[in-house]
Amino acid sequence: MMGYLLRRLLAFALTLLGAAIVIFLVLEILPGDPAAVTLGLNAAPEALAALRAEMGLDQPALLRFFSWLGGLVSGDLGLSYTYRVPVTQLIGERMVVTLPLASMAILLASAIGIPLGALAAANHNRAGDAAVMVFAQAGLAIPNFWFGLLLVLVFAVGAGWLPAGGFPGWQAGFWPALRSLLLPAVALALPQAAILARVTRSAMLETMQEDYVRTARAKGVSRRRTMLRHVLRNALIPVVTVLGLQFSVLLAGAIIIENVFALPGLGRLVFQSIAQHDLIVVKDLVMLFSALVVFINFAIDLLYGLIDPRLRQAS
Amino acid sequence: MTTRRDLLAGAGLAALATQLPLAALAQARDSVTIGMTLEPPTLDPTSGAAQAIREVVLQNIFEGLVAMDRTGKLVPALAESWTLAADNLTYTFKLRPNARFHDSTPLSSRDVKFSFERAVAPDSTNAQRWIFTPIENIEAPDPITVIIKLKQPTANFVYGLSWGDAIIVSPATAANNKTNPVGTGPFKFARWNRGDRLELARNDEYWGPKPSLAKAVFRFISDPQAQVAALRAGDIDVFTNLSAPEAIPQLKADPKLKVTLGKTEGETILAINNAKAPFSDVRVRQAISHVLDRKTIALGIYGFDVDYIGSHFSPLHPAYVDLTGTYPVDLAKAKALLAAAGFPNGFECTLRLPPPAYARRGGEIIAALLAQIGINAKIEPLEFPQWLERVFKARDFDLTIIAHTEPLDIGNYARDDYYFQYRNPEFKALIDKIDRTVDEAERNKLYGDAQRMLARDAVNGFLFILPKITVTRADLEGMWTDWPLPLTPLAEVKWR
Repeated sequence: MMGYLLRRLLAFALTLLGAAIVIFLVLEILPGDPAAVTLGLNAAPEALAALRAEMGLDQPALLRFFSWLGGLVSGDLGLSYTYRVPVTQLIGERMVVTLPLASMAILLASAIGIPLGALAAANHNRAGDAAVMVFAQAGLAIPNFWFGLLLVLVFAVGAGWLPAGGFPGWQAGFWPALRSLLLPAVALALPQAAILARVTRSAMLETMQEDYVRTARAKGVSRRRTMLRHVLRNALIPVVTVLGLQFSVLLAGAIIIENVFALPGLGRLVFQSIAQHDLIVVKDLVMLFSALVVFINFAIDLLYGLIDPRLRQAS
Repeated sequence: MTTRRDLLAGAGLAALATQLPLAALAQARDSVTIGMTLEPPTLDPTSGAAQAIREVVLQNIFEGLVAMDRTGKLVPALAESWTLAADNLTYTFKLRPNARFHDSTPLSSRDVKFSFERAVAPDSTNAQRWIFTPIENIEAPDPITVIIKLKQPTANFVYGLSWGDAIIVSPATAANNKTNPVGTGPFKFARWNRGDRLELARNDEYWGPKPSLAKAVFRFISDPQAQVAALRAGDIDVFTNLSAPEAIPQLKADPKLKVTLGKTEGETILAINNAKAPFSDVRVRQAISHVLDRKTIALGIYGFDVDYIGSHFSPLHPAYVDLTGTYPVDLAKAKALLAAAGFPNGFECTLRLPPPAYARRGGEIIAALLAQIGINAKIEPLEFPQWLERVFKARDFDLTIIAHTEPLDIGNYARDDYYFQYRNPEFKALIDKIDRTVDEAERNKLYGDAQRMLARDAVNGFLFILPKITVTRADLEGMWTDWPLPLTPLAEVKWR
């Protein structure tokens, strides 16, 4: 078991190193001088040179790569070119918006998608199934930024129940902060719920063909109990895999939704730092997202063991 | 026994209770929430060129010796008066004796000397050094007198002092102004939730008239649809320059809102690489000017008429001359000019476009207009940093569309290495003369000559002035609706 964990950890570190090299190289090739972006169309060459020195851009590339890597390991992500504050502080401020948002979306998506999928499977080829499939089709087809705008029109502009966007900060209180995350979370959750419903449905339909399901029914276990204990539980493996993938999709999808709702989250930070050529923030954020994706995959592997005891023994 | 649920319910009630006084305060109407498209990267206008910094801090947190008012006129600010000696070189500024920084330190002439010397120091990243380079030396004989001696007469010296790059800062706090600005203005910096909002609070020790607003919140909303939604939902009271011109009819129909279309200093041009054939031939450039139907372009971008220009000058400046009639739309004449230049069937070229909507939407229309005389412009969209690198710095382009938002920047045409590479000794001599002409009437006459020269040479395709689309609550007064400088001064803003 220890050997397995060590091997996984080594693979984890190597993947991240590979990601770091690729990210650094890509941004190095990208044309554009962050100092010129900051100082605009009238700047004197002396001012540009002074700013480049202040940003550390006058150093050779190799040296900058290793000092960045060293910083990543020691938790010092450097100073943002545009904001001139530590990147760790920026990420910290944004994390408290994006993580609750993505978590709310994933909870909502699971709470809607999995039961709907199960319902469809249980009513296979009947009206309930058809209704769920229509919902799933619509959920997949509607772009979430458009759905977000629709929600704003109905609930913020029309009814005035919820804010149209922005985030007052958690210091404004739990409820005001939560209120401003509600519409974006729903907008993010809809397509994910649709995917989950479809995956749950097809996984359950497949499991329903298994011999042990027939055996359970033959033993006299009720249909309801068979569905919940045998079919749903065994169908959860693909569902959990998709859920893990969705968490990464949600972090990325947040880029668009956070812009539509003017939320100061990580997605908006990615967007802004690319637009303003704040390359150091881009580098750190892409690294962070890579690390999150690798880590989530790792966590999903561990979850498999919890769901399916056979996988636990095999490893 | 207290259960966990009781505790949670209690916490919820407590949260509700703290909400009530806030809601009551909002009714008192001494606060305003202002929407802006871009967030300032820092709060120190002496550290970068970003317009958003100036929009938030200038004349609110920070002040210069002089200020520009909403009509573009220079008015006293931290200097209550100034005089120019007969040598046309020596300026004497008298400071306001009761002005104080927000940390309660009184303003002194030494702070002025410090601020201006800091701007030209070797490690300074001030984006507008030209304001300070004419200075020979600065003296501070007593706490409220500053004597600035110039190297040569410089007509626009005092004008430059109204810019955000020339604010007066305190030596004690200057280093922290990027994140914790300490100025002398009518508002103090209160709080910044980066990415979402920034709060200012009234400065009760202000030397001038006290503002009516106790609090101002700037909110940063980049998505055009989200800007409209925030206005209509009442989340914000003002949007300083809306990015969604297509929403204007809808907003105008809302009785709670007021929409004003104003002017700026943003000359929007089809910039032409004057050093590159075939554009180095003035007849080719004139042919291009003859097909640029400004109204069609503006209607395509905005859906309404804007202020058109015929040279590189804003109608907000008193020296403006209307030259929009220099090259009337005339396809036959354009074709004849092209033929005379040796291109009877036109030619191929590229049109590199930065991201703003005026460039991307305008580019499509201009390419179509140029195609009428056989000029096939291939559109290449670029991100802004790439545009700066390739077009602006490396001058690797044929045509591009960009708005020059800095006020009174006609002098850039005298810079040989400036990206469109005009290189006209006659024009350089004229700008040099303007710089040394201290008499305003005489100077404005020369500015007229400069505008005519640029129009005659059809240096660039001069299109229009970027509009400023101000949307406010109908009962809010005092917002700037024109932008002689891109600012949002709040001292005179009040609810009716």
